[in-house]
Amino acid sequence: MSNRPQLVIRDLKAKVEDKDILKGVNLEVNGGEIHAIMGPNGTGKSTLASVLMGHPTYEVTAGEVQLDGQDVLEMEVDERAKAGLFLAMQYPSEISGVTNADFLRSAINAKREEGNEISLMKFIRELDKKMDLLEIDSSFSQRYLNEGFSGGEKKRNEILQMMMLDPRIAILDEIDSGLDIDALKVVAKGVNEKRSPELGVIIITHYQRLLNYIKPDFVHVFMQGKVVKSGGPELAERLEAEGYDWVKEELGIEDETVGHAQV
Amino acid sequence: MAKVPELSEYQYGFHDRDVSVYRSKRGLSRQIVEEISRMKNEPEWMLEFRLKSLEQFFKMPMPDSTNSRWFSILPGELNSLDFDDITYYVKPSEKQGRSWEEVPDEIKQTFDKLGIPEAEQKFLAGVSAQYESEVVYHNMQKELEDQGVIFCDTDTAVREYPELLREYFGTVVPPSDNKFAALNSAVWSGGSFIYVPKGVKCEVPLQAYFRINSQNMGQFERTLIIADEGSFVHYVEGCTAPIYSTDSLHSAVVEIIVKDHARCRYTTIQNWAPNVYNLVTKRAVAEKGAHMEWVDGNIGSKLTMKYPAVVMKGEGAKADVLSIAVAGKGQHQDAGAKVTALAPNCTATIISKSISKQGGKVTYRGLTSFGRKAEGSKANVKCDTLILDNESTSDTIPYNEIKTDNITLEHEATVSKVSEAQLFYLMSRGLSEDEATQMIIMGFIEPFTKELPMEYAVEMNRLIQFEMEGSIG
Repeated sequence: MSNRPQLVIRDLKAKVEDKDILKGVNLEVNGGEIHAIMGPNGTGKSTLASVLMGHPTYEVTAGEVQLDGQDVLEMEVDERAKAGLFLAMQYPSEISGVTNADFLRSAINAKREEGNEISLMKFIRELDKKMDLLEIDSSFSQRYLNEGFSGGEKKRNEILQMMMLDPRIAILDEIDSGLDIDALKVVAKGVNEKRSPELGVIIITHYQRLLNYIKPDFVHVFMQGKVVKSGGPELAERLEAEGYDWVKEELGIEDETVGHAQV
Repeated sequence: MAKVPELSEYQYGFHDRDVSVYRSKRGLSRQIVEEISRMKNEPEWMLEFRLKSLEQFFKMPMPDSTNSRWFSILPGELNSLDFDDITYYVKPSEKQGRSWEEVPDEIKQTFDKLGIPEAEQKFLAGVSAQYESEVVYHNMQKELEDQGVIFCDTDTAVREYPELLREYFGTVVPPSDNKFAALNSAVWSGGSFIYVPKGVKCEVPLQAYFRINSQNMGQFERTLIIADEGSFVHYVEGCTAPIYSTDSLHSAVVEIIVKDHARCRYTTIQNWAPNVYNLVTKRAVAEKGAHMEWVDGNIGSKLTMKYPAVVMKGEGAKADVLSIAVAGKGQHQDAGAKVTALAPNCTATIISKSISKQGGKVTYRGLTSFGRKAEGSKANVKCDTLILDNESTSDTIPYNEIKTDNITLEHEATVSKVSEAQLFYLMSRGLSEDEATQMIIMGFIEPFTKELPMEYAVEMNRLIQFEMEGSIG
């Protein structure tokens, strides 16, 4: 395993029930790079995130996904996490009775070998440091996982988990939705803090707003279940200024969605 | 994706060589009861009490769902329990040990395996260990003894504190209460007797451990706790038994008197082998401003029918019943609570958490009753069930009796499954499916475990983990 992570997605197709959602996604993400995937509602962006992580609702029908040369599609969800994949979810689940701290420590230890568990003191030090950076109140670690959290708190918690778990490839699925500008800045601070050649990031978003604070290296437009256009940060700026219509026109796309229902 | 961990083997299923010094003949008769009483050198009144109770037992019909709403079983379901094939009294050793060294080796090894002496050194103020019918080891901190606290087995109490015992014995649960209470009253042996004097607060818990070793043995301990005015006591009991091919019976009676402004907490972790019928009557009377708490964990047994009760007799009395029940393959946990308010401004809270898996069956059966003088009283009942697969079932059967206006009764029940979204979320952070399921279950019962003394909470989590440890490979 080289030290710089590499995620390669080739011609990935997936469906839910009988409906094709992903229709041939191609993307390569390397350590140190930040890729923004932008696109209107219903184009399959979030499905891509779920499929990469292995959500059981979706069935992969073609293509391949490799992380550092390993076949991701062969792996169970937890094996993908252990291989270094992380998904910050749009709607994280609530788990009653399990504190944030207990959960995080279990997750960190799950990735480590038996006998090499993180020491409690080290864990607490790390957690405090990262909670400080994300401007999270110290009571947070003893609250039950996502239970009764506001939308903003949930998003911060996802970023906190990403920072604590040190993934090789992180996918942030609409991490900016429902956040006010201050919360957005905090989330961006967390991502920028982790920015390094050892981490590749995919940011999925509708809006360019977040990209003011996290500067992407590559921007991809997602329509009809695949990447239809790629460019640099200037592409995001143009999308923000002019919307998506010019892309559709340029590519001769009438309906950019994968169907009518939002999946 | 939601495969379910299977019930693993019961870890306390080992049994020892029989070392008993006396065992009664199998079967139940006047003669056997007289013999038990004679072996114990009991006073005449106790023998009479036993014999009257035996008559009660013979007179009462076998309870089932057709003649009692508190017996969920169908007629004939208890037929595998042959009263004539049970050994009612087994005396494991000649005398009770006061130091660990005095306990016979075979028995000592059993309790060593179960971790009892260690636990005593670490966090208990007193320990009592019952093996078969008799308490074989007993010890209590001198500090408590000096404050006048009495903690001994009930047989000793009959001899050494006859007046105190006789004043309360059988007053909270009379032999006529139900068939199994009558049976216990006739053949009872062992159990704990606790008296806490006025104003004395026992800061650390007192513990008893119950172990059945013999096949076809019935354990019928009898516990009586008196918390005098303004006192506090926390009593903890744990139970295990070996696995035999035939069924065993555990049928205890627990009576508790909580006097004015006293508080008693009674914690049970029942982990009987999966062939033990666990039919127990537990009831407390709470006087003015008194507070009774039952913390009741049911993991083992084939069938448990247990509804810890609190009769709130004095104004402002409080009752808390917090329970969990876990039913796996072939198990039925029929558990719940009974609270009765007989005075104004009483408060009762019932929280029941149950988990069923692999075809297991959990039933919450509860009574909230408000008498004519109970104005201003409140009861809050919350039942949550987690069902782990499609073969398993749950039932909620609340009974309410209200004889006065101006009371508040809230009842809330939820049934849930481990959701795919929750599993996906936890697994996406690197937890295996087993670990993720366990974490969700631990979280579900957390309101219960957080009420246990820390060492018990750890043990409880270990037990549940053990129960859930699965077959997913």
